[in-house]
Amino acid sequence: MDKYFEMIRIRFLMMLAYRTNYYTGILIYCINIGAYYFLWSAIYNGKSAIQGMSIEQMTTYVAVSWMARAFYFNNIDREIAMEIKEGKVAVELIRPYSYLGMKTMQGLGEGVFRLFFLSFPGLIITSLLFPLHFSSDIRTWGYFALSIMLSFVINSQLNLLAGVVTFFTLNNEGLLRAKRFVIDLFSGLILPISFYPHWAQEVMKYFPFQAISYIPSMIFTESFRGQAVINGLLFQLVWSIILLFPLQLLWKVAKKRLVVQGG
Amino acid sequence: MYAIEVEKLRKEFKVYSSRSGLVGAFRDLFTRNYKMIRAVDDISFTVKQGEMVGYIGENGAGKSTTIKMLTGILTPTAGKVVVNGMNPHKEREAFVQTIGVVFGQRSQLWWDIAVQESFRLLKKVYRVSDKEYKEHMEHVIETLDIGPLLDKPVRKLSLGQRMRCELAAALIHNPPLLFLDEPTIGLDVLVKLKIRQFLKEINEKYNTTILLTTHDIADIEALCERVIMLDEGKIIYDGSLQRLKENWGEGKQVQFTFATEVTEEELCALTYDIKATWRKEETNSWVAHVAPMHVSDVISRIVARYDIQDINIDEMSTEEIIRNIYEEGVVHG
Repeated sequence: MDKYFEMIRIRFLMMLAYRTNYYTGILIYCINIGAYYFLWSAIYNGKSAIQGMSIEQMTTYVAVSWMARAFYFNNIDREIAMEIKEGKVAVELIRPYSYLGMKTMQGLGEGVFRLFFLSFPGLIITSLLFPLHFSSDIRTWGYFALSIMLSFVINSQLNLLAGVVTFFTLNNEGLLRAKRFVIDLFSGLILPISFYPHWAQEVMKYFPFQAISYIPSMIFTESFRGQAVINGLLFQLVWSIILLFPLQLLWKVAKKRLVVQGG
Repeated sequence: MYAIEVEKLRKEFKVYSSRSGLVGAFRDLFTRNYKMIRAVDDISFTVKQGEMVGYIGENGAGKSTTIKMLTGILTPTAGKVVVNGMNPHKEREAFVQTIGVVFGQRSQLWWDIAVQESFRLLKKVYRVSDKEYKEHMEHVIETLDIGPLLDKPVRKLSLGQRMRCELAAALIHNPPLLFLDEPTIGLDVLVKLKIRQFLKEINEKYNTTILLTTHDIADIEALCERVIMLDEGKIIYDGSLQRLKENWGEGKQVQFTFATEVTEEELCALTYDIKATWRKEETNSWVAHVAPMHVSDVISRIVARYDIQDINIDEMSTEEIIRNIYEEGVVHG
């Protein structure tokens, strides 16, 4: 296990090496949240609640979704694709560790870095600018913490799946881009799932996307209460287990098919 | 027990060829032409513990593919590979713990962080204890003279500095078997010498087995008793460097620079009975390859007949021997 923690540390160092990227990152997230705040203010237009969410809850939802995204979001799909494209995967395979496990840990290192250096400062700045509502219930925070961990797991699994597909196609820029939009749209980052038409909500129950952003944000804004929280967490847990199977299977086939490019 | 045991190893790749033109490109969307290429063709050899073996061949002969199968990166199409008593591909994680690999054209250090951070991570990855690390690596760092480089990020190192660090990184866990894929590519003479000397030293000290691919024959001459030569995926020579030289390099070569143009036919006709072979170097410069006892004979005949500007007499260099084999194949020897 030691080596995996060491990898998180290394990733942290690598992020620090390019820290200016992340100061601009905070700014971009604040602008995003501000834009959504004004958009939603216009939509609410004096109404006290839409779909059971108040304007304050909605603002908090938007802010928290973006801040949680900083944690669960990572580029390991692109990294895998690039390592395969450039043949660097050869070097990874001569190390005594699990390639996918190490990639996940790198993602985690990146996530933890962003959580401390982007999400927290960002959240403080936005809470000064916009009316956000933070729960005072310690349990909500606990559920939320658990929930974003599972978001990270599910999002990383989807990233690994998309990355490993590169072993077969050798170049799948298009697929990675499509995957990113699908996740942003169907995870509830842009619009809460409860705002989608009924049939779409039904369809989305059979996909893992809402486990990435919608569930943790609903828990944080206390739009989910009691049993709904537990159901949400269970939904996440089940998906994080289900996704392990196609991942293992694909990885096994991929290793056999590996072609190292560039001599 | 052998460090490396390879039997009838084969690797085939599917290679797609694109059709030409726009219509061809559209047709490629639906069905693609491909053919199977045999990069490594039923090779067999064994390497004993402590041996230093040079693995040579032209570009594309299948050297790197073999190394990638021996290190567990690629799955063989057919054949048996046992390295350090294990099947590299099946038991990858346990197996790679027992080998060190340096790819000359590919860095394995982390680009943006200091060298010592990479070392620290590798130390954890290979589960090397502090004591072992101190004992072994202090010596390595000193011999390779990389102490002052440790706190620099890899991207700021020169190629020679980086390659010395790569070598140190591959040895952190002091593996009994070391694969070096073109370790001296692009390096200056001093760094090359240092690396050769260092490899010799660890081979003597730890009885480390080394398998080395290179295009610099001087590497082989300095390090390897034995060479394995590969051509189009097949082994064409496996044996001592000495024997290769004796079989191929017997005789001397005499280089003539003529004042006027001459043809190969003329030269061959003149030296027909003493079996000299002629090779053109430049416009008026020809090299004769003859048995030592005929050297003076060749010179007297040529000098008597032609106007000569310059004469040189050389031993065949290993590089030339190997060039001849690449060009003509080993069967002539």
